Amino acid sequence: MATNILMPALSPTMEKGNLAKWLKKEGDTIKSGDIIAEIETDKATMEVEAVDEGILAKIVVPEGTSDVAVNEIIGVIAAEGEDASAASAPAKPATAKTEAPKTEAPKAEAPKADAPKTEAPQAQPARAEAPKPAAAAASGERAFASPLARRLAKEAGLDLAAIKGSGPHGRIVEKDVEAAKAGGGAKAAPAASAQGAPAAAAAKPAAAAMPAGMPDDMVKKLFPAGSFEEIPHDGMRKTIARRLTESKQTIPHFYVTVDCELDALLKLRAELNAAAPEKDGKPAYKLSVNDMVIKALALALRAVPDANVSWTENTMLKHKHADVGVAVSIPGGLITPIIRDACHKTLSQISNEMKDLAARAKARKLKPEEYQGGTTAVSNLGMFGVKDFAAVVNPPHATILAVGAGEQRAVVKGGQLAVATVMSVTLSTDHRAVDGALGAELLAAFKGFIEKPMAMLV
Amino acid sequence: MADYDIIIIGSGPGGYVAAIRAAQLGFRTAIVEREHLAGICSNWGCIPTKALLRSAEIMHYGQHAKDYGLVLEGSFKADLEAIVKRSRGIAARMNNGVQFLMKKNKVDVIWGEATITKPGAISVVPTRKPPVQPQVPPPKNVKGEGSYTADHIIVATGARPRALPGLEPDGKLIWTYFEAMVPKTMPKSLLVMGSGAIGIEFASFYRTMGVEVTVVEVMQQVVPIEDAEIGAFARKAFEKQGIRILTGSKVTKVEKSADAVTAHIEDDKGGKQTITAERMISAVGVVANIENIGLEAVGVKTDRGFIAIDGLCRTNVKGIYAIGDVAGPPLLAHKAEHEGVICVEAIKGLHPHPMDKLMIPGCTYCHPQIASVGLTEAKAKEAGYDLKVGRFPFVANGKAVALGEDSGMVKTIFDAKTGKLLGAHMVGAEVTELIQGFVVAMNLETTEEELMHTIFPHPTLSEMLKESVLDAYGKALNA
Repeated sequence: MATNILMPALSPTMEKGNLAKWLKKEGDTIKSGDIIAEIETDKATMEVEAVDEGILAKIVVPEGTSDVAVNEIIGVIAAEGEDASAASAPAKPATAKTEAPKTEAPKAEAPKADAPKTEAPQAQPARAEAPKPAAAAASGERAFASPLARRLAKEAGLDLAAIKGSGPHGRIVEKDVEAAKAGGGAKAAPAASAQGAPAAAAAKPAAAAMPAGMPDDMVKKLFPAGSFEEIPHDGMRKTIARRLTESKQTIPHFYVTVDCELDALLKLRAELNAAAPEKDGKPAYKLSVNDMVIKALALALRAVPDANVSWTENTMLKHKHADVGVAVSIPGGLITPIIRDACHKTLSQISNEMKDLAARAKARKLKPEEYQGGTTAVSNLGMFGVKDFAAVVNPPHATILAVGAGEQRAVVKGGQLAVATVMSVTLSTDHRAVDGALGAELLAAFKGFIEKPMAMLV
Repeated sequence: MADYDIIIIGSGPGGYVAAIRAAQLGFRTAIVEREHLAGICSNWGCIPTKALLRSAEIMHYGQHAKDYGLVLEGSFKADLEAIVKRSRGIAARMNNGVQFLMKKNKVDVIWGEATITKPGAISVVPTRKPPVQPQVPPPKNVKGEGSYTADHIIVATGARPRALPGLEPDGKLIWTYFEAMVPKTMPKSLLVMGSGAIGIEFASFYRTMGVEVTVVEVMQQVVPIEDAEIGAFARKAFEKQGIRILTGSKVTKVEKSADAVTAHIEDDKGGKQTITAERMISAVGVVANIENIGLEAVGVKTDRGFIAIDGLCRTNVKGIYAIGDVAGPPLLAHKAEHEGVICVEAIKGLHPHPMDKLMIPGCTYCHPQIASVGLTEAKAKEAGYDLKVGRFPFVANGKAVALGEDSGMVKTIFDAKTGKLLGAHMVGAEVTELIQGFVVAMNLETTEEELMHTIFPHPTLSEMLKESVLDAYGKALNA
């Protein structure tokens, strides 16, 4: 019995991905559990595991193919000795397993002849021109929208997944699309990650509607032909563009800045690092200032719990844990892996976890649950000598801390000019969720931990 | 605690439906009625007129029996008394049905005239208005005179025929729909003032019964709210039946003699004439019943003679709501019913969707029937849409031809840009039963594509719906 391998959904929000690489060739024998392919999603590269045994009879989607819709047939496994051609007909669907949490992965429905019409504008060729294999294209998570809303969204280049439906059972209707068109992301689902968006249950919790900017052709016309190279957006670039546009359009940002003296922290850090025990001939940990910033922010959120929140249209999510995302710059973009429950972790745990996450982020091997969610974030540009900057809140977070360089500055102490190592930090808040005074209170608590760092050890 | 959660004043289609929904949602509910349980619709409007028109329709088939290969021998004539009796019997059944529904849903019926004394309180006195006869007696075990309190008061007092100064109905020579529905004798000639749904339905009924009918309409087309093309089509059909139609004309004055009225008619080009007819029907619209119910005392705002409400039927005064005719146009029973449900569900906190008035279908049961929903072609153009307009004639539909009803058309109007169905307009046999297909389509926001993908059964009149859509996109098959 031939079995189709379907494009897996690696996260609840995934609609399509790039088939980066086949690790098996046609004709290869496959055992259950074998890694057969690599899928690149918006932020990570994931491995596709086989759950059936047999021969990889056919590769339907060649490697290097972009924007493969979830549940599209990417390959066919035939039983030993079975004619591969027998497998091209509609066969038993859905046997690809992935590392993504199973419970969250959208279930594939019975195959429908109807192609999914829910994708962003660039997604699908029109059905008429390019009929898909009959069994393919079962849309796992069809956006619930009226035909007119679908057409209007397509014409306006809006992603239905980002629009909140106001019709019966959350159905997206004409006026929702009109509102999204008129008000940018005004009606768009506010939260971005699966766990952050209970209010947007009907709409898929993804990005905000992208405004139709200047058309590509118009931009290109501004430059002489041949004077530039065109680099197609990869999944990460698209996600960054979409999510940050959403953030700036939907989140009223508010900024507070303080200077923190670092001398005590640097001294403690040196002492702690000097005291690190040896493990396999290396120190068991090497704390960075950033590791201590992560911990200080987590402790500050615990001290000011009203700031540890996420905004949703209907309710405020007040979090019980302080999960700190840390922006990691990687080739081609950035990603924000999360240190979960950071206030209950020791500095050495945070430090080692961060090193592991950063290394895997650079290799694009993070799992979705390692970068989705979080309750706040840290963005540190100190290593580039940046003195002070303001970061963009990354929903569902309500805050993000932008950390500048620690540098020796003239300060006034007891009426005397003195030299101290000072680091400026700027907290951006989602003003819907964290008001200015609350943000200031959080920042004051943070400053307290940074300037009296022993408090972080107890 | 108040006596009731909700008191509804008026038991017409808006009021009694609101009462049932309220009871279903667990509200302690009472409904006040002063004259006819189930209101004008069941007693003096929609339903008894349909009964009369059905008699006329069968009369029409009798007159055309030989077209169908049938020979009627002996006499075939209308028994006016029996026709009216049948109509009244049907009205009474509707009235009794609502009595039963109130009892079944444990809704208290309070008999009398209600006045809102302050938000949350009404006083009821015995009915002062002499009832229109015949009257179905009030149900047993009703509550009567007294003061009642309720957290929410819904005004559903409906509307009554408009009277033009100098042309006031007198019940004898100049009729309203009340008298027109229960004629003792068939007049030889009839002048109908106004060609809206009420006027044109009576014109149709009386014409089929052999009366010489003239319709005077101040606007440029008959059934003025309908699409111009449909109006023109209907006019031709009416004229073919022998109805005389004067558009752009108004009655300026009437002179009454013992058994006739002479109407002075002026057209918009200054032309004058007089027409003498045995009876005249004044069907120049209705006015809302906003008087003597205490609105002024509690400060409920009105707008152009109707109670002003928001999308959830709330007036400007907390705890006071209005639904149906008294709350503004379109003055249709199904609009009132829907508002009744919206109003009560909003009180319950169920977040109903506010009324979209563009999705309210309208039906006129003249011969040929007229039905429509959404924008007319003129209104759609006015709104700035680029249009795709489709038409399909009854003469090209097999079922219509087989029925001997090959006169009519189905017209559809789409937004060329988005494929949104903006309006649908029909004239011809049974179109009042066909329009709902497009109403559902509009509510589901289908585009032309889904309608073209929908399979319509053959042979039916409904196939014309699809053909009209196809025609809008140049794809009609049978035209």
